[in-house]
Amino acid sequence: MIGEVIRFALRGLAANKLRSGLTTLGILIGVGAVIMLVAVGNGSSKQVQKNIERLGTNTLTVTPSTSRGGARGGGGFARAFGGGAGAGTQQQTGPRTQAKDLTVDDARAMADTTAAPSVKSVSPVVNASASNATYAGTSHAIQQFVGTYPAYFEASNDPVERGTYFTADDVLNDRKVVVIGQTVDTDLFGTVDPIGKQVAVGGVNFTVVGVLKTKGSSGFQDADDVAIAPLPAVPESLTGYGALNQIVVQAKTPKTVDAAQSEVTDILNQRHGITGANTADFQILNQATLQSAISSSSKTFTVLLGAVAAISLLVGGIGITNIMLVTVTERTREIGIRKAIGAPRGAILGQFLVEATVLSLLGGLLGVAAGVIGSEFKVVGVQPVIVPSSIALALGVSIAIGLFFGSYPANRAAKLRPIEALRHE
Amino acid sequence: MTVLDVRDVSKVYGEGDTAVHALRGVSLTVDQGDYVAIMGASGSGKSTLMNILGCLDVPTHGEYLLDDMDVGTLDERRLAIVRNRKIGFVFQSFNLIPRMTALANVELPLAYGGVKAAERRRRALAALDRVGLSDRVEHEPNELSGGQQQRVAVARALVTAPALLLADEPTGNLDTTSAADVLDVLDGLSAAGRTIVLITHENDVARHAKRVIRLVDGQVVDDRRRSHVDEPPPGLVGLR
Repeated sequence: MIGEVIRFALRGLAANKLRSGLTTLGILIGVGAVIMLVAVGNGSSKQVQKNIERLGTNTLTVTPSTSRGGARGGGGFARAFGGGAGAGTQQQTGPRTQAKDLTVDDARAMADTTAAPSVKSVSPVVNASASNATYAGTSHAIQQFVGTYPAYFEASNDPVERGTYFTADDVLNDRKVVVIGQTVDTDLFGTVDPIGKQVAVGGVNFTVVGVLKTKGSSGFQDADDVAIAPLPAVPESLTGYGALNQIVVQAKTPKTVDAAQSEVTDILNQRHGITGANTADFQILNQATLQSAISSSSKTFTVLLGAVAAISLLVGGIGITNIMLVTVTERTREIGIRKAIGAPRGAILGQFLVEATVLSLLGGLLGVAAGVIGSEFKVVGVQPVIVPSSIALALGVSIAIGLFFGSYPANRAAKLRPIEALRHE
Repeated sequence: MTVLDVRDVSKVYGEGDTAVHALRGVSLTVDQGDYVAIMGASGSGKSTLMNILGCLDVPTHGEYLLDDMDVGTLDERRLAIVRNRKIGFVFQSFNLIPRMTALANVELPLAYGGVKAAERRRRALAALDRVGLSDRVEHEPNELSGGQQQRVAVARALVTAPALLLADEPTGNLDTTSAADVLDVLDGLSAAGRTIVLITHENDVARHAKRVIRLVDGQVVDDRRRSHVDEPPPGLVGLR
């Protein structure tokens, strides 16, 4: 008998193909939107995560603190009163004389295994931006010219594709060698193999020893427009002797990143004479913290997208109720006939419930197909990544919607009294 | 053996001043094999009586026993089973389900009764053969004439071998020839021993019955037997 009820339901749907199709479309759009938008949210979060990972893993970046105005007002204020000078400029210059720059000695102290057991490597870094490089008459402004130690390659996730890294020996002996990024390679050398060639940067000749693997662009910056040279070679020729721009610290394992951060903080506090009352003159950027902050915000984004899509699914569900109510009214007489010849209440209820569920299930399946196909395409620069659980959820919800939104009209049909239903024209 | 036993049944619609007394204490018994015509003008309560006899409605007062079972005590689920097994309906407006073939329409009560597909088909084909429509089984209602539709409805009513065949103005929407066809089928069924209750306002139709009951204002005013229960119906004996 259940088989019969299902057959009656399918026959009822087939009798009104256009109407059934449009109702299915409502659910299709809802389910498709849920899968697609959640995939877009997931894809964008994956993309951001990948960008962060490109910067290196398990790393801490120590930079000198640049916010010396308002943020450090407390200390500056006290000194200003002590000195008897009330000028605003002095409030700002005061702390600056106090703040110490990051030095190679700071970096060396961090590499001390007893004071900082969680630290794997330390790379002091100087940056020279937009340095002009020339080779055989071609010139190219390198966005980022980095001077550092060999450990930097591993810490910042920068493997070479061709050639080699420079060595600690190169750093000690102040050799003028350089490892260049893909963009620099193509712009300067074109099809020529750059390994062993001489490049002039700021009047100094560097020998190219390696080419980095491509990283792609992250935001506005081209991560491949880079050159990396031994630390002593860069300040001499490009930046002049000065402070470090940053110190990149790599922790031993992902779990020890936080421990490494506190060790590094302690060492720098001690060396820079910072006590509790004074604000630190350096900042530590923790890759893991950044990652978790960004992933939690992108999760919110995904939930928001999913919620918008869920509303369209709800509207599709209301569409089912609406069309089933029309169907029940339209077929009141038929329901009366069926009841008069002995259809039990359950059979009528079942017939209309199955009709509603078939509509929503069909819409759900087509919606999954639409969502999966749609996720193959890039949406505003984001490659959607399907979340498998969203498919299961959307399908489950669409069946539940059929049962839930179909139950009211089906109940109404089942409750009809046969004589009244038979009188209906 | 008594199939129908109606005891002092009355039916009131509405309440207080606007109350309408459709039936005012009707009592009657119908034996197995009888062929009864219930006559009356419109408003006489014959449709109400038909609804009560068909278990589509319940009386306000009184008892109604069908096959020795008190219908008034049954719940909705059991009433559905009674309608399915014990009663076959033939309506004035045929009431076939559109977009279903004659065969499917006739199979419908068996489907609700839980009969297996092969058995269902066999019995439905036999019923259609009984009403002379073996060559129309795959036709849908809108491809059939009125008389043919009504004969499909008769086949549907008798396919479950019910204790009672209830026909409400079965010829009301038919021309004379089609009406004669349908009445022939009913006469044949009566001769084969089916219990038939027919509701009509036409004397020509009532003449086919073995017994004629007249209703006026919800009361039985006349109950005349035209031939014995065990005899063939008058339609097969005297009319032609």
